[in-house]
Amino acid sequence: MLRLATLTAVIGLSIGGAAQAATISISCGAVGAELEYCQSGAQAWAQQTGNEVQIVSTPNSATERLALYQQLLAAGSGDVDVFQIDVVWPGLLGSHFIDLSGDFSADEVSAHFPAIVENNTVDGKLVAMPWFTDAGLLYYRKDLLEKHGFQPPQTWAELSTIAQKIQDEERAAGNDKMWGYVYQAKAYEGLTCNALEWVDSFGGGQIVDDEGKITIANEKAAEALTFAASTVGTISPEGVLNYQEEEARGVWQAGNAVFMRNWPYAWSLGQAPDSPIKDKIGVAALPKGGEDGKSTGTLGGWQLAVSKYSDNPAEAIDLVRYLTSPTEQKRRAIGGAYNPTITALYQDTDVLEAAPFMGDLFDTFTNAVARPARVTGAKYNQVSAEFFNTSHQILSGQAKADEALGALADKLDRLSRGGRW
Amino acid sequence: MTRANRRRLGRVGFYLLMAVIVFYAVFPFYWAIVSSFKPGSEMFRVDFLPPPNLDNYQAVFAEQPFGQNILNSLIVAVSVVLLSLALGLLAAFALGRIRFRGRSLLLFTILGVSMFPQVAVLSGMFELVRSLGLYNRLPALVLSYMIFTLPFTVWVLTTFIRALPKELEEAAIVDGAKPLTIVTKVFLPLLTPALITTGLLAFIAAWNEFLFALTFTLSGEQRTVPVAIALISGASAYELPWGNIMAASVIVTVPLIVLVLFFQRRIVSGLTAGAVKG
Amino acid sequence: MSTASRLTRSRTRSAWAFLAPMLVVLALVAAWPLARTIWFSFTDANLSDMSAAQFVGLANFEYLLTDPDWWRSVWNTLFFTLVSVSLETALGLAIALALNMHMPGRGLLRTAVLIPWAIPTIVSAQMWAWMLNDVFGVINEMLILIGVIDQGIAWTANPDTAIWAVIMVDVWKTTPFMALLLLAGLQMLPSECYEAAKIDGIHPVEVFWKVTLPLLMPALLVAVIFRLLDALRIFDAIYVLTGNNQATMSMSIYARQQLVDFQDVGFGSAASTLLFLTIAVFTTVYLTLARIGDSGGDHP
Repeated sequence: MLRLATLTAVIGLSIGGAAQAATISISCGAVGAELEYCQSGAQAWAQQTGNEVQIVSTPNSATERLALYQQLLAAGSGDVDVFQIDVVWPGLLGSHFIDLSGDFSADEVSAHFPAIVENNTVDGKLVAMPWFTDAGLLYYRKDLLEKHGFQPPQTWAELSTIAQKIQDEERAAGNDKMWGYVYQAKAYEGLTCNALEWVDSFGGGQIVDDEGKITIANEKAAEALTFAASTVGTISPEGVLNYQEEEARGVWQAGNAVFMRNWPYAWSLGQAPDSPIKDKIGVAALPKGGEDGKSTGTLGGWQLAVSKYSDNPAEAIDLVRYLTSPTEQKRRAIGGAYNPTITALYQDTDVLEAAPFMGDLFDTFTNAVARPARVTGAKYNQVSAEFFNTSHQILSGQAKADEALGALADKLDRLSRGGRW
Repeated sequence: MTRANRRRLGRVGFYLLMAVIVFYAVFPFYWAIVSSFKPGSEMFRVDFLPPPNLDNYQAVFAEQPFGQNILNSLIVAVSVVLLSLALGLLAAFALGRIRFRGRSLLLFTILGVSMFPQVAVLSGMFELVRSLGLYNRLPALVLSYMIFTLPFTVWVLTTFIRALPKELEEAAIVDGAKPLTIVTKVFLPLLTPALITTGLLAFIAAWNEFLFALTFTLSGEQRTVPVAIALISGASAYELPWGNIMAASVIVTVPLIVLVLFFQRRIVSGLTAGAVKG
Repeated sequence: MSTASRLTRSRTRSAWAFLAPMLVVLALVAAWPLARTIWFSFTDANLSDMSAAQFVGLANFEYLLTDPDWWRSVWNTLFFTLVSVSLETALGLAIALALNMHMPGRGLLRTAVLIPWAIPTIVSAQMWAWMLNDVFGVINEMLILIGVIDQGIAWTANPDTAIWAVIMVDVWKTTPFMALLLLAGLQMLPSECYEAAKIDGIHPVEVFWKVTLPLLMPALLVAVIFRLLDALRIFDAIYVLTGNNQATMSMSIYARQQLVDFQDVGFGSAASTLLFLTIAVFTTVYLTLARIGDSGGDHP
């Protein structure tokens, strides 16, 4: 039925000549700035080419957004031509997308981080183009650390001490809403990212290793999550258990937090002219899990994919080409602190001036830890849900870390039929 | 303590209890109105009587197709009401006025359907919507809402029809009128109050429905109001859009409250006739 | 062949003709989807390609009944249902008794309690989410003002209080409905008993326990079961307040998560089917109790 409609539309187009303007709908962004940048970029393309764009707004939470995409693609609907997909979705949704490897030259593709290109290649098909990359970062208040005589923390234990001290002293000085540390711990995909950072920084692995073996039930992981649980109600508000990115940023940007874990996007928003904490923000790699631990950040980031059910695939691909081009990536990096996926831009002086941390933290972005999406394939959603729910139980003090992680390993074992995925 | 004093004390206590109940019932809505009048930064200060400021209301309409969402909700709710009343009236006439074998069983089944958990039909309904090519279109909602408005409409109208005296149609039957004529000429005028009542309740149910609307629509332009409110996102890069959410909530709720206050007695009688979900 | 029986036959025929449109629609939107859901529950259907479903027998149910998360959602649902319906019944009865007294201000009270009923569940959940916000919520502010707490409580984040937050929202929204049903029951009670009680000088409290409550029992039972059925299906309030959090996950949320988030139509349908069966049991009880639809009766 739909196929037929698509075919008719294509035939209609070829008869009508390509001069006819197409309307391309793109689903991108939910949060303010992200939506604005997507809109302005897409509009610029529309003016250049004489086509029209329509922005489809999506829910803010990645879990909800994925559910929406899955329904839409399962329905084979051409309502959305270009999808903005998370770094963990190519395996889940890839079968619904056009293989772009024929439409982009080898040079165009190899300009991007190889790891992300590999991530977006499913069964030899390039199902999405890298758009911007993300890694979890530590934001800190330069002014407060200076005032109380501290350096940015190297380990989680240090962070905890500094946060507690500054929080207590600032409260005594009159800001009774001050907290030491905010992050994302609502039971959703964002908690998977946060918890993976703790676990990996303590040397506790990546939940499931590359061979599909379930590695999460180990002492290091338990130690990491036990530490995380110790922050709730001491240096972090209890409400953090229901925070997503924007809730955490709300507290941080109102000037009520010393440290925050968030994605790069929070940089330029915090530096906005009307921000109370403008020019007081420092960014560093997340702390290590101890002296022999490592700094790590979860690999995030978004790709652009073209739906198989699109009525105007040629125009949709052209829009993707425009949005992922060096020029547009540079504009987004300077204005919105969206990390480019094009390696060359990390030496671009304009970019480094606007977002100095991109140069300092280049290694953090290239060595970010990946969620086990490739190896778990279509089961990734369940794996992630089990992991964030378990983490949520540990953080909210309902379960002890070692027991909960043991139970999690059993569940994952059952889910994967013994690690076979 | 005299008896009169005790009575007075009891009365004061009773009124105090009533005051608490009224406060509990009304305060959340009052607070939503107050919050919707606060511009961005004021949002985070507790202040019980802020000066009205309409920024949030403008933002709601500027940042998402909220006008379109309201229109969608209206279209869906009105279609649902008309369709269920038309089908319900015919069925109720048969169930209330004609004796035939299997009538009780049918009534039971119809009532049973209204108890279906929505999620129990979700996958089947999704498949149905897709195969009819209605995904992400308003008719999908009109169709799927029938599952809860239709049984209830039939049930309530049957109750009303049974209460009407039976001499009514006898004259018409003697004159040889067709059943359809009897329904339209004899019953319809008498049932107008009942139709208004059931229509209102069906309208409110359709207006408030969330799960089907979330599952069967996708794009912002096709959403109904409850889904739009649940998925609202702020365009201001500054704070969570609580102000917008509250403004949207007030916009959606005020017409409903006006309806309810205006038709209070009718709604109460309809609820008690059909014991319907609120 | 008498004319009477011919007339009866033609009336029966027209009855079915009148019922047909409704039956067709209900078959389409209720019977068929339900049958499909039950069928899917015996297959390994996946959302991305439902046509490729294979029959797997009882495997889904087997997996479900050994899934601790499912049992957790069952327990959450039952806990939520029992607590919220009990609270609603108690409060609703109090309001109904008040509305039944001929006192000034009755209209105001009725209007006030109808407001929550008219507000969409989603909206009321959003309102309460805002009022319960840990840092900026008015409820915490008030409690701090009167000195009950000194730090904002994160009502919806803490697993111990989250379910209570959901209950509070549900009670706020549905108590009016309960009150109205009970009020209708009260207004049907015979006044003779009360006059007799008045003459004997029995204390009003005693009258309530000995006269009102027993007489109101049938109406009360119907109302309670009706609410039970509704509460067992709870979805939207929880979805908005706490999302897919396991601490507050209800059976409906569990089923939707499997269906939509995990694309596992087979497994999600199995969960839906079990929920349906649970509710079907309650419905049967309700219908037996309500004894509605007089069998044939004395109607023409």
